[in-house]
Amino acid sequence: MSWRETAIVYRKELIDSLRDRRTVISMIVIPVLAMPLLTVGLGYLSFTLLNRAKRETSKIMVLGGADSPNVLAALRNVDKIEVVPSSPDYVEQITNKQIRAAVEISPGFEAALAGSETPTVQIDYYEGETRSGIAVQRLTAFFSGLRESTVRTRLVARNLPPGLAQPFEFGPKNVVSPEKVFGNTFGSIIPYFVILLCMTGAMYPAMDLTAGEKERGTMETILCSPVSRTDLVIGKFLMVLTASLATAGLAMLSMSVSLVYAFRSKSGMMGGGTNAMQFAIHPKTVLGVFGMILPIAMLLSLAMLAISLFAKSFREAQSYLSPLTIVIIFPAVMSMMPGVELNAKLALIPILNTSLVCKEIIAGTYHWNYILLIFASTCVYALLALAAAVHLFNREDVLFRA
Amino acid sequence: MIEALALGKIFQDKKRGEVRAVDGVSFRCEPGQIYGLLGANGAGKTTTLRILATILQPTSGSAKIAGYDVVRQAQDVRRNVGFLSTATALYGRLTARETVEYFGRLYGMPEDVLRRRIDALLDRLEMNEFRDRRCDKLSTGMKQKVSIARTLVHDPPVMIFDEPTIGLDVMMARTIVGFIRDCRSQGKTVIFSTHVMSEAEKLCDRIGIIHGGRLLAEGSLAELRQRYQQNDLEEIFVRVAEGGQ
Repeated sequence: MSWRETAIVYRKELIDSLRDRRTVISMIVIPVLAMPLLTVGLGYLSFTLLNRAKRETSKIMVLGGADSPNVLAALRNVDKIEVVPSSPDYVEQITNKQIRAAVEISPGFEAALAGSETPTVQIDYYEGETRSGIAVQRLTAFFSGLRESTVRTRLVARNLPPGLAQPFEFGPKNVVSPEKVFGNTFGSIIPYFVILLCMTGAMYPAMDLTAGEKERGTMETILCSPVSRTDLVIGKFLMVLTASLATAGLAMLSMSVSLVYAFRSKSGMMGGGTNAMQFAIHPKTVLGVFGMILPIAMLLSLAMLAISLFAKSFREAQSYLSPLTIVIIFPAVMSMMPGVELNAKLALIPILNTSLVCKEIIAGTYHWNYILLIFASTCVYALLALAAAVHLFNREDVLFRA
Repeated sequence: MIEALALGKIFQDKKRGEVRAVDGVSFRCEPGQIYGLLGANGAGKTTTLRILATILQPTSGSAKIAGYDVVRQAQDVRRNVGFLSTATALYGRLTARETVEYFGRLYGMPEDVLRRRIDALLDRLEMNEFRDRRCDKLSTGMKQKVSIARTLVHDPPVMIFDEPTIGLDVMMARTIVGFIRDCRSQGKTVIFSTHVMSEAEKLCDRIGIIHGGRLLAEGSLAELRQRYQQNDLEEIFVRVAEGGQ
């Protein structure tokens, strides 16, 4: 192997790829613009739409309650609640989103409250429908308040202290650092995104540098030069790896900037309201994640390079690599499943192992034995993929497949 | 020098089974000679030349280029060969100069030598006008000039041309023919394949007629004319090909 020849091939592939509009779009434009738009942008949009829905008045219907005028009057005075005349087709109206909810008040409701009975109120709504959910929240808040005031009234009527029904106060308080809270919340999703981006970044150049070269007729040109097949494969692989890491790196950088902006913004989509939930990633964590991502990016780049070489044309390569996306996404998604924890067996499964260990690193936990095992095993898989790619580059039936 | 000894190449085809593309082909071409491989489409010309350029490995037989074995010393062979074929396209996103530079570097040429060599080639092939233009923006003739510069950049003693004038207009084809003659006058060993009889008549010191993967006749144009009592090379070719079936 000659590093000089590898460097010559790499330099040429880099120049060639950077002049290709499609490579630049997949390597630079998509990660820098599209990824933040897809993640932070869509999040911001959904937050804005939710806020707009919250500002709207909920139309509701009251069924029954004719003998409870005070409750009805109080309900009509609730902010952002509009009571519409009752109708027997209330279910249809809820389904058609003409009204957001209906309140069924049992007969003799107010009289029962004055006594010691427990009358019922039922809120009918459209599960999963945002505006219906908001109406339910408003109605729940109203009836919870009514229940508490009724309890207080009953206690006072019996000359009992108001605190009798509330013997103690309690509430949750976060004691963990913002870094860990962020890690635990986003720890699963970040490795998934990074691996997916590595794959996206590697896919186009891998196809272009193999099947694309066959299609354009430049493969034979390079094969009659004295560069060894090993140097040729390594030069091409380094270009694919560059694209893979650049895509992932740029996308993460761009998403981080967007997230910082979103977290710092008072009206940001993450709310900025929860104290513990802050954008907090230590530089050590970033280095750790990228250290673990490097061998998996190598493995993905080499696997895609080898698979694409089989194809006669760019289009055929696309049909080979598209199903690979599912194969890669599956273990990455597995790592997000509840209860899937890192152990010695899972540490040997490529992609899943990297996803799990990155999740731990982001949460601030460093299992050095697993980190070493995963790094080493993924490097071994990458070397096997390199050997396979070099072997394929030496096979005439692959290079000149008619 | 080029020496081919009983070269054979068998391909496995899913539909046709075993395909004998080249079958026991032997010939020899000395420095300062042009050897023409004459054959119809599918005769085995390209496969033979690809074996000589080490792109394919022979199934049987052997060949030596400039004293190096095409199987055991493939990289040495490549350093001594300039291979030009219709299948050796150019990198469309590189400029003409960058293309020639890239291959010069792969041949291990020092930068100063490479720069001088490229300047000389650009002058000789009248490429200065489009030297910094991307290859995908060049005309067919310009592309062919870049390909020639690419094959010549390391000044190889052996040149292999696979149908170099195919698809070119008359003027460009004449330039290529002149260029092949120049190679001979520089003492290079030249082999080229064609199915254009006039080109073979004009250029070749020796002609090999290949058909169905086998070399059916070989000799100088005068020898072939005498052997087959025909003046017209096309008639000779047809008689040889029909006789070989």
